[in-house]
Amino acid sequence: MLTVEGLSIELEGSGVDIADEVAFTIRGGEILGLVGESGSGKTTVATALLMFERHGAVLGGGRITIDGRDVFAMDAKTLRSIRGRLISYVPQDPSMSLNPALRIRTQLMEILVTHGFGTSNEEREARVAEMMDEVLLPSGRDFLRRYPHQLSGGQQQRVAVGMAFACRPAMIVLDEPTTGLDVTTQAHVLRTVKDLTRMYGVAALYVTHDLAVVANVADHIAVMYAGRIVEVGPTETLFRSASHPYTRRLLISVPDLSGKHTLRGTLGRAPGPGHRPQGCRFAPRCKLAISECRAEFPPDDGPDENHRVRCWRWREVVAEPADTEFASRLRTEDTDGEGAVITVADVRCSYGDNDVIHGINMSVDSGRCLALVGESGSGKTTLARCISGIHSGRIAGSIKLDGHELKRNSRERPKSDRQAIQYIFQSPYASLNPRKSIAQILSLPLKMFFELNRNERETRMIEALERVSLDGSLLSVYPDQLSGGERQRVAIARALLAEPRVLICDEVTSSLDVLVQASIVELLSKLVRDLGVAMIFVTHHLPLVRSLADTVAVMNRGELVEYGCVDEVLDNPQAEYTKNLLADTPTVDIVDVP
Amino acid sequence: MHLARLILQRLALGIGTLFLVSVLIFLATQALPGNAARAILGNTATPEKVAVLSRQLGLDKPVARQYAIWVSHFVSGNLGRSFVGMDQPVSQVIGQPLYNSTVLVVLAALVSVPLSIGLGTYAALRRDGRLDRAVTTSTVALAALPEFVIGILVIIILSTEVLHLFPPIARPNPSVPVYRQLDELVLPVLTLTLAVFPYITRMMRAYTIEILESEYISMARLKGLPERIVIWRHAVPNAIVPAVQGTAMQLAWLAGGIVAVEYVFAYPGIGSALISAITERDIPTIQAITLILASVYVLLNLAADIITILVTPRLRTGLR
Repeated sequence: MLTVEGLSIELEGSGVDIADEVAFTIRGGEILGLVGESGSGKTTVATALLMFERHGAVLGGGRITIDGRDVFAMDAKTLRSIRGRLISYVPQDPSMSLNPALRIRTQLMEILVTHGFGTSNEEREARVAEMMDEVLLPSGRDFLRRYPHQLSGGQQQRVAVGMAFACRPAMIVLDEPTTGLDVTTQAHVLRTVKDLTRMYGVAALYVTHDLAVVANVADHIAVMYAGRIVEVGPTETLFRSASHPYTRRLLISVPDLSGKHTLRGTLGRAPGPGHRPQGCRFAPRCKLAISECRAEFPPDDGPDENHRVRCWRWREVVAEPADTEFASRLRTEDTDGEGAVITVADVRCSYGDNDVIHGINMSVDSGRCLALVGESGSGKTTLARCISGIHSGRIAGSIKLDGHELKRNSRERPKSDRQAIQYIFQSPYASLNPRKSIAQILSLPLKMFFELNRNERETRMIEALERVSLDGSLLSVYPDQLSGGERQRVAIARALLAEPRVLICDEVTSSLDVLVQASIVELLSKLVRDLGVAMIFVTHHLPLVRSLADTVAVMNRGELVEYGCVDEVLDNPQAEYTKNLLADTPTVDIVDVP
Repeated sequence: MHLARLILQRLALGIGTLFLVSVLIFLATQALPGNAARAILGNTATPEKVAVLSRQLGLDKPVARQYAIWVSHFVSGNLGRSFVGMDQPVSQVIGQPLYNSTVLVVLAALVSVPLSIGLGTYAALRRDGRLDRAVTTSTVALAALPEFVIGILVIIILSTEVLHLFPPIARPNPSVPVYRQLDELVLPVLTLTLAVFPYITRMMRAYTIEILESEYISMARLKGLPERIVIWRHAVPNAIVPAVQGTAMQLAWLAGGIVAVEYVFAYPGIGSALISAITERDIPTIQAITLILASVYVLLNLAADIITILVTPRLRTGLR
């Protein structure tokens, strides 16, 4: 059992808090999900449980006890003896956390040797084999002799999980262990973690930004905002009657696979260390905020002993009636090629000697969104790149825009074709030139495609920024002054300025936090209806498909395994692959979201 | 199988590089002004004599053929004959200087490489400590000075103006083994060491810090491993590659950088030999020395590449 009381972590030297007043309890065999956006301090809190400070952070004060032992009071030697033995850690990215120079066996054995687990090498070898079985990996000599780079991402993460359970610890900290894994692999890893914690009565802290993931594995959930825990409660209670306004915001921004509610985003961003307001830190974004909220951080309160919330107005939040805007949105049923803007017929393409796409047929109508879904390596991005003319390999088959055949390479296409198809890239951090101001970035498509004078250009740029809910004054700033969500909006504005017929969005929300993701999806969905563009939305995240798309194309290994209307495909999938994908996708069952 | 192919590939690349270098050297010496035969015979020679000597030296043959002859001789160990000093074989002209320089470079390497690797790693482990700060500032200062300036400062401080510990010029007696007259070599070795160690030290420090901040080192600490194992098992194997690469680069630099330092100390090494060969237009000697220096450069880098392949699992095993 783990107890944390009044934990605070500060930036070295300045005393600026990264996290403070953090308190929670985890009992053996239970998993606590610690949920928060990037910059909320969740990972700092997670490593603090092992008394591990990241460069530049120092532990300020508080109390951490594991099975009655006060971790805070331990000297360096005692700490070393409990790390990996009493409390262990599963890292976010195993490809970075496993030592590339050492064999798997060495890295597994050393933790047993260090902590004196087992009395002989044979005994330890046996434990390693047992660990491998528990995380469903081969335990043979050949496998253990491998180096980390010889394993897949999922296998690496299993090794890390096995390592964490090696010495049968009382407590385990998992730091977003499934980020970057495919849904299928993620589902396997989650199941393994859950089984092992139950089996050995381990208390586990599961850190994540993804509510849907913890909904399936955690017994309790703690929600963190700007360095503080604002609400804690049993998973079901929290989803049923969230009592903090921020938790409610989080819940409605989780894409819902079942399609019972529409996504709604939240503008603004969480304040970082050093910029946090007095009182409740969510107050500036909260519509229920009163003067009390701005003056003082609310005390620990809540409906019952297990469900705690730190909000002055939680009673009002609970009592707030269900939002009537959550009506099922309009979806049109026609998926025929008639009126299609983009038609893809029997497209095959390759990278070097490897065929990556084997004959794809699909089409997108104007004012409609087609979701292109698949796991990594399915060929979905390659197909999107073929359509936009930036794929460098061989392409066979036919790609038509408004009925006429498109050239393979965008450089050979006439200006009108290039203008008609606009691409929005995955990472807004990489797709905007850091040396150019927003005005310079946005004026490029205008100069390329239209004859306009300076003033006309400026008017259009301001209109475009406002269309994506950004302020016109941002024209003079540079990308590094913007948050990830704002940058992605700028990228969308740039695409819109070309007045395209087709908008290709390549995993545009995968590097963004849930609240921001929700607001971007909301924006895109509105743009499709308002402007009548045809959108191709490439994603690996099925719940987003339900919120945004009209038709869906599921791809696996370069083949189209299922293609049709979103509701039909998701509610009644025909292909085995789609069924598995749906089964492995974590879902939040929100009974009655207000 | 994969490993053998990778190493053979590197070897082939190294040989290819050497070939290109030899072509460049040959063409560069061809471009030197003046006729070699005239250079040998002096300004008073008659045109007939020059023509006869040109034929003897093979200067009347096409350039490509001259190159082929030169290379084939070079490969078989025949470095040709010097234009000056009574038609001596080049191997004799450069034999002793080559030996002298090798002694100097090897001594400098033996001192500077372990010192700088140790110092760089230690500074990284005690990052922001007093020693680290001393190391970072002093290495910046030293790196900013050209090696001949360091040499002159060393002479001023240890030999002439301040202290009188060692002789200001290094002219070991060729008939006595070098290891019995080491005091002659102290200053040149010190100068070369001071010129080389800032680079390796700073590089080792930077790479070690990067390794220590990597997630796998954090992970090793979070597993509760003793610091000794964290450093020696987890950090050091990953630091071998930068250490080897940096060392090879600096040793290769030493092979060329020695020229100026030898000049400062009037040391009878390959640098001095090269300078006198240039003033005397002794083309075969210039070619031989530059090609030897280039080969050292290529071989050191080749060795570093092969060691890198051998100690990096990802390169050694290929993918899966």
